[in-house]
Formats: sequence, C-alpha cells, structure tokens
Amino acid sequence: MSIAVCNVSKRFNDFVALDDVSVEAPTGSLTALLGPSGSGKSTLLRAIAGLDDPDSGQIIISGEDKTGMPPQRRGVGFVFQHYAAFKHMTVFDNVAFGLKIRKHPKDVIRKNVNELLELVQLDGFAGRYPTQLSGGQRQRMALARALAVEPQVLLLDEPFGALDAQVRQELRAWLRRLHDDLNVTTILVTHDQEEAMEVSDRIVLMNHGRIEQVGGPQDLYEDPASKFVMEFIGPVNRLGDTYVRPHDIEIQLSANGSTSEATVENLIYLGFEVRVELALKDGRKLWAQVTREDARQLDLEGGKQVHVRMVHSRVFDRANEESPAEDSL
Amino acid sequence: MISRLGLRFVALGYLALLLVFPVAMVFARAFQDGVVAAWQAVTTPEALHALWLTILVAAIAVTANTVFGIICAIVLVRHRFRGRNLLDAVLDLPLAISPVVVGLSLLILYSLTSPVGAWLAQYGVRIVFSTPGIVLATIFVSLPFVVREVMPVLREIGTEQEQAASTLGASPFQIFRMITLPAIRQGVAYGVVLTTARAIGEFGAVSVVSGKISGVTETMTVFVADRFQNFDLVGCYAASVVLAVIAIGTLLLTNLFEPREDR
Repeated sequence: MSIAVCNVSKRFNDFVALDDVSVEAPTGSLTALLGPSGSGKSTLLRAIAGLDDPDSGQIIISGEDKTGMPPQRRGVGFVFQHYAAFKHMTVFDNVAFGLKIRKHPKDVIRKNVNELLELVQLDGFAGRYPTQLSGGQRQRMALARALAVEPQVLLLDEPFGALDAQVRQELRAWLRRLHDDLNVTTILVTHDQEEAMEVSDRIVLMNHGRIEQVGGPQDLYEDPASKFVMEFIGPVNRLGDTYVRPHDIEIQLSANGSTSEATVENLIYLGFEVRVELALKDGRKLWAQVTREDARQLDLEGGKQVHVRMVHSRVFDRANEESPAEDSL
Repeated sequence: MISRLGLRFVALGYLALLLVFPVAMVFARAFQDGVVAAWQAVTTPEALHALWLTILVAAIAVTANTVFGIICAIVLVRHRFRGRNLLDAVLDLPLAISPVVVGLSLLILYSLTSPVGAWLAQYGVRIVFSTPGIVLATIFVSLPFVVREVMPVLREIGTEQEQAASTLGASPFQIFRMITLPAIRQGVAYGVVLTTARAIGEFGAVSVVSGKISGVTETMTVFVADRFQNFDLVGCYAASVVLAVIAIGTLLLTNLFEPREDR
C-alpha cells in the first residue's frame, strides 16, 4: 500500500510544475506535501491519482506500476478542496456512488454506507442534499465517499482549505485519529505548515517543482536543509546570511562578551507568549519570543535598553550551503 | 410607492399590449363561429396531416439538436483546439441569417439541378419539396438553442465532480450519465423548450423548401398561412390556437425538470 514517485516531471507550457521529483510514502504513513502555491504539490498529488499525466517518470502504488493508467484503475481515494460533492444526489447516494458502480448488492451498500456515515459522524444526514450541509460536513461526506471503495491510498488535496479556522482545527485532529484507526496510506496536500506538522508524521516540503526536504516535522524544524526550509517552517529572523528563531534570542539586562545592545521597540502580548520587537544599535530589526513570565521579570517595556544573545542560529550563504554558525550579531 | 406602481404598470402594460392582447385575439377569433366550427377546421385531413408533419419534424429536429447540442457544448467548453472560436461563432449563424435565406440555400444545394441533389436523386432520395428538406431546414434554424443553454451550465459545474467520479471507478460513459447529464439537466430542458418552440413555429425556411404542397408538405405554420390566403379565417385562427397550445404545453413540461433539491 506504499506510494513511490520516480523521476516525475510535468510542464504546463513554459511553467515547470514538477522537476524530476522522486518521493516515497511508506505503507500506513500520513505524509504531508507542503509548499507555497505554485510549488507543484497539487500537481504531484493529481499525477499520483491519474488526474494529470506526468510528462515523464513513474507512479508506483503498492508495488504496481500505475503510470499512464486512468484514475478508475489506480485504487486511490481522492478528496478535493471544494468537496466535489455530487449536488443532485443525497448524502447517502454520494457515499454509495463507488459501491453502486461496482454493482454491490443493495443491502451490502446500505450497511457499508451507514457504517461510513457513522464513522464520519454524519449518521442522520443520509437523506440530505450537499447544499443542506456545512462545509465541514460536506468534506466529511467526501471523505466517506472516498473511503467507501476501500482505496489502497487516500489522497487529500487541501481538504480543509475552504473551511474556517475552528472547523479546520477540529477536522485536523479528527483526521489524525481516523488515520490512526484505519491506517490507510495517506498523502495530504497543504500550504499550511502548522497543519502539516500537526497532522502528518512525514513532511515533503516542495518549492518550484522540486523537493526541498523530506523528514518528520521535528527534523524539518530543527535541522532545515536550506534557507527555504528554515524560512517556511516556523518564524525566523534574518540578519544577512544568519537565520535565528525568535525563541533562540535571549534577552538580558546586563552585557557580557557574547551579547549585543538593543532597544525594545514594541511588545505584543499573545497570551502565554510575548513578542518583543527589537532594534539593534546598527538599526537592524528583529523580534524575540519570550514567555509572559520572562517579560515580567525583565520588566520589558517600549524604549528600554537590553542586551541580546543568539542561543542558536544558522548561516546559509548565497549558494544555500549551511556554514558553521557564528554567534555574533 | 408611486414609482413602484408606475414601473409595474409599464411592465404589465407592455406585456398586455404586445403579448397577451394579440394572442387573446387569435383565441377569440378562432371560436367566433363556435367550438364546433373551430374543431371541424382543424380536423380536416389537410389540417391533421399538417399537425402530424409539424410534430414529426419537430421531434426529429429536437432530438438531433439535443444530442448534437450536448456534444457540441462539451467539446466547446471542455476541449482546447484550433478553430474553437470559429466554431463558437458559426453556432450563432442560424440566429443571424434570415430563415428565408436558409430555405433558399437548401433549395440551391439540394435541387435536382445541383450536383448534390442529382447524386441523391440517383438513390431515390429527395430533399427539396419533401419531408427531409423540411427537417433539414428546421434543424438549421433551431440548432443553437441547446448548445447555448448547456454551455454556461457546463462551465459553472466545472470538472471536479467528474474527476471525483473517475477516482471512484466510474467509466467515462457512467460519468456522463450519472454526473454530467443530471448536472446540466436544467440547461438541456430549457434548450429543448426553446428548440421545440422554434421548430414548431418555423415558417420562412420551411415554406421555401417544402413547396407548400397541401396535405403533403404543409406544416402547421404553412397551413395557417395557406388558410389565411384562402380567406378561411376560422381555420387559420383555429390552427394558430393549436400551435399556441402545443407551445404552452412544452413550457409546462419543463417544470417537471426543476431540480429536486429546490422542491
């Protein structure tokens, strides 16, 4: 039930959507394809599903070469950002669609569909039409519809992209639990790094049709392979070629050998966390993330002179190579 | 309030004066000598044949234009090819060209003196002054309606539902039957109504190619004109009423195609 993409390229006229991409999703994993818009992540997902044909390369699902096969014969479940609900069918008929195509007996279909509707918490909505459901409900229906045909792999294209923040948060947690229960190999496309880190166990970070880095959420955060990864995953301050996370900036009241002078320009309270906007003596700006407790102990306020030290930083030179970090500002 | 009433008066007055009043006059005139006279006028062998021919021609034209209209709409909306814009523009030709000109062009193309007409005649196929010519003329003038009604609907529904169906295992034909067709149903229905109305009401092109042979190639509209010219006013108006009733019936039929979720 694994997915392997080998040397896949795809162009749309002059635009290179996928540039010799190779990546694997192991059996039972939940992989996030993460990247900014235009990075090729959706194109890659559609190529795996057979909805777009790559110009070159191979798509292998469960060890079987599926390159060039139509979507009908790939054994994939696909969920679209805008649900792609069959508007003229009830929720029940939407979910039953794949089973009807496969000519399962009516009582089997009814039993399966009812079980799936319970799984996606839509029992009681079977007789409704998609227009009578909320966005979150429609997407759960679309997920049940995709799961009904027992796909070998599940492909989700920005499934929560059209939902509001709170529903999105709920559905992420729910999807994570669902995946733990069902263990279907899943690939999720998202442009939201927080979503990728929260839901998936592996992240494939893409940019300009290429893969920047593959790894667990922690690997990408703590050991970014390029400045693009460093900047895309989590907040970062950039001072020339030096990159530093806001929580790796320590604020002190007294100077010592490794600190630099700075002025507090502004404080932004975000509950537990306080964002401290600082200006260095040479005018360069950066911000630090401290706890509410630290801010209180340091008695931080606008205009105050402080001394800052980078606990941890990274240097990426022009060639995107990482060089040993220097600890000075 | 006054301006709202004024607006309503203008709108309804306009409709009454230009639409309802003339049609009502036709109905009134048709029955001026009583229902029996009107009934007899439209049940003569010639009238019945004209009615039958009109329904036959309309049925063929509507079927052909619906099938090819849906195919054309799918090709124009979903496919990208050289000459697409040209095809799109050509589709409106029947609306731009006068029906009389259409009739004349068919007459020139298929008459026995033309190569095409002579070639067809060898195989015993006669186009002008017979039913096939009337069918061709009617198809020509009523061609754009289904295409034009279906195209915007196809554009609006997009391709995601069809893609979803394909990942669920549906074949291209199953996708068309179970997803695309139900989604464009309303557009098709409205297109069929317009096509039917146009096909039944067509006069110019048909009167040219049909040769107006009473009881043979006379459609209902040609029959109406024929009765009028022969000073048979009751027959003329009664036949008009039949045409109007068919049109209204077609309009009512479309209400059956209203989308289910709105009921």
